Amino acid sequence: MNIIVCIKQVPDTNEVKIDPKTGTLIREGVPTIMNHDDKHALIEAVKIKNKVGGKITVLSMGPPQAQEVLREALALGADDAVLISDRAFAGSDTWATSNAIGSAIKAIGDYDLLLFGRQAIDGDTAQVGPQTAEFLGVPQITYAQKIEVEEGKIKVERQMEDGYEVIECKLPCLVTCISEINEIEYPSLRGIKQAHREKEVNVMSAEDIKVDKSLIGLLNSPTSVHKSFTPSAKGQGQILKGSAKEVAKKVVSLLKEKELMGAF
Amino acid sequence: MVKVKISINCPESQLNLGGIVLMRGNDFEDVPDMPEIKQAIDNGYLEVLKEEKKDEVKGVKEGEEVVVFAEQRDGKISRVVFELLGKAQELAAKLNVKTAAILFTDKDNGLSKELIAYGADKVYLFENDLLKNYQTDLYTKVISEHLNNINAQVVIYGATHIGRDIGPRVAQRITTGLTADCTGLDITEEGLLLQTRPAFGGNLMAQILCKKHKPQMSTARPGVFKMLEKDESRVGEIVNVDVNVSEADQKVKILDIIKGVKKKVNLDGAEIIVSGGRGLGKQEGFKLIEELASLLGAEIGASRATVDSGWIDKDHQVGQTGKTVRPKLYIAIGISGAIQHKAGMQDSDLIIAINKDASAPIFEVADYGIVGDLFKVVPELIEQLKQ
Repeated sequence: MNIIVCIKQVPDTNEVKIDPKTGTLIREGVPTIMNHDDKHALIEAVKIKNKVGGKITVLSMGPPQAQEVLREALALGADDAVLISDRAFAGSDTWATSNAIGSAIKAIGDYDLLLFGRQAIDGDTAQVGPQTAEFLGVPQITYAQKIEVEEGKIKVERQMEDGYEVIECKLPCLVTCISEINEIEYPSLRGIKQAHREKEVNVMSAEDIKVDKSLIGLLNSPTSVHKSFTPSAKGQGQILKGSAKEVAKKVVSLLKEKELMGAF
Repeated sequence: MVKVKISINCPESQLNLGGIVLMRGNDFEDVPDMPEIKQAIDNGYLEVLKEEKKDEVKGVKEGEEVVVFAEQRDGKISRVVFELLGKAQELAAKLNVKTAAILFTDKDNGLSKELIAYGADKVYLFENDLLKNYQTDLYTKVISEHLNNINAQVVIYGATHIGRDIGPRVAQRITTGLTADCTGLDITEEGLLLQTRPAFGGNLMAQILCKKHKPQMSTARPGVFKMLEKDESRVGEIVNVDVNVSEADQKVKILDIIKGVKKKVNLDGAEIIVSGGRGLGKQEGFKLIEELASLLGAEIGASRATVDSGWIDKDHQVGQTGKTVRPKLYIAIGISGAIQHKAGMQDSDLIIAINKDASAPIFEVADYGIVGDLFKVVPELIEQLKQ
């Protein structure tokens, strides 16, 4: 079973701060991490490999420093790592990104299963997985909370708002994983050693993956950012003062006044 | 400056007003806004050029609709669809076009009429047994072919598990842009769809345009837009469209659909939400939240920190990575108010926050704040509500 797992290096959005003067993101000093959902996808790939054998290739697109997350992925059990990195990719929206990722997957070649995280925490779009599946013409199953591999096919539990569906699909196919699929694991010492001493990250350019240049980059992206701004704060509210008893009384009378006493 | 000319009521053929000479028969001309002129206007000797009203009542353009994907599950239209139709009406009015819904189902059973009652001017109805339940490949094929046949300007999907599965697949197939999880939609002066969405965990809002491709497509979060009042007397057109799918188009097989495995959390439709955060200290802290919520008939919400710590199920999470809510009342207890949480609840009608830290950012969005120990205030509140 050949599995390609796509991962993304993202800023830890819990740590992102806004410059109050300029209203822009302060990225300096913000730690970067492997996107959570992607890590779950990788751990799932390792589980599948341990069961049925095969090879795991991790693939990422980003600047050269994105090699860090690929090293981490190698330490967690991936066999090969590919980083596609090129100025030509800069500014790609999800459509253009999926064209680049899809082309890289074609360049890597043989695959049975493509695993993605559901979405990345910097953009939260959840679009690159399905758009890559469409680019490659393979079926997709999103929001996977469980994967079982059978002969030539997989059975996936796809999370819905009010339960889940059990879906069967022939391979090859693309699955996006949610965090419920497994528990986070940490690299072993041996894994870390191997990742840094025995394994390599293969860096490829747009040329290398033979992507059609009219399908990538800022200018070819159908969507463009018109403007960005910081969310506006609401006007300062009122602070209720007094003892616990007094403030509780104020709240109750407030709820009565606004007719918000639901259950009564 | 004002544009004036001598009116037919003026007895003179020439007026000298503070040095400015106006002749009868001349067209409107610019004069300064000075007392003599004003007086002449008041007397009716001068006629003022009125801004022409732009009420060229053009016929509504056919075919270039604002389309809503009418997600249906178990023969019921998802609530978000009605919210999107409300928004679509507003967008369509600005574009001078109609609204339309695309409905896939095995049997209409009055669903089309319901869509019309909530604001669809037109319903494209695709009835076929194969379209009973959502399936990526079948739905993508049918909707993509249909969008290639009509000239829709805008297509909106709910940012649900289904909408976020089909939207990107369709965007890639028909080569157009798709903006995820929009919280604001508007039309620019140039007639483009202005799509506002949170990014970087809600730390930043981005406005996105899709300038060169049609239709312009978005997914929009449930609970963000207001639905119109249901109006059964609204008139709309139902267009039955031939469905061109067969079992050969099915790439996956749905073996089973399992529902209600856990108690359904209905944050979307809740009028009151009581939410707990890290300030609860431990998992047991949610008992207080539960008690208060049940007294108020409220749903239970939670911050990402409590969900990540495993104190409560992810279904309860409010915020950028959880649900966006706008209930009538939101009570935030022990929640500091990280931007990612505020992004999901700041549009609630009334927000009450209880936190021991007076500088907690939650107080920036709260209408009423209580700086104090939640373990004293909440039990007191529960006590008084019981009476």
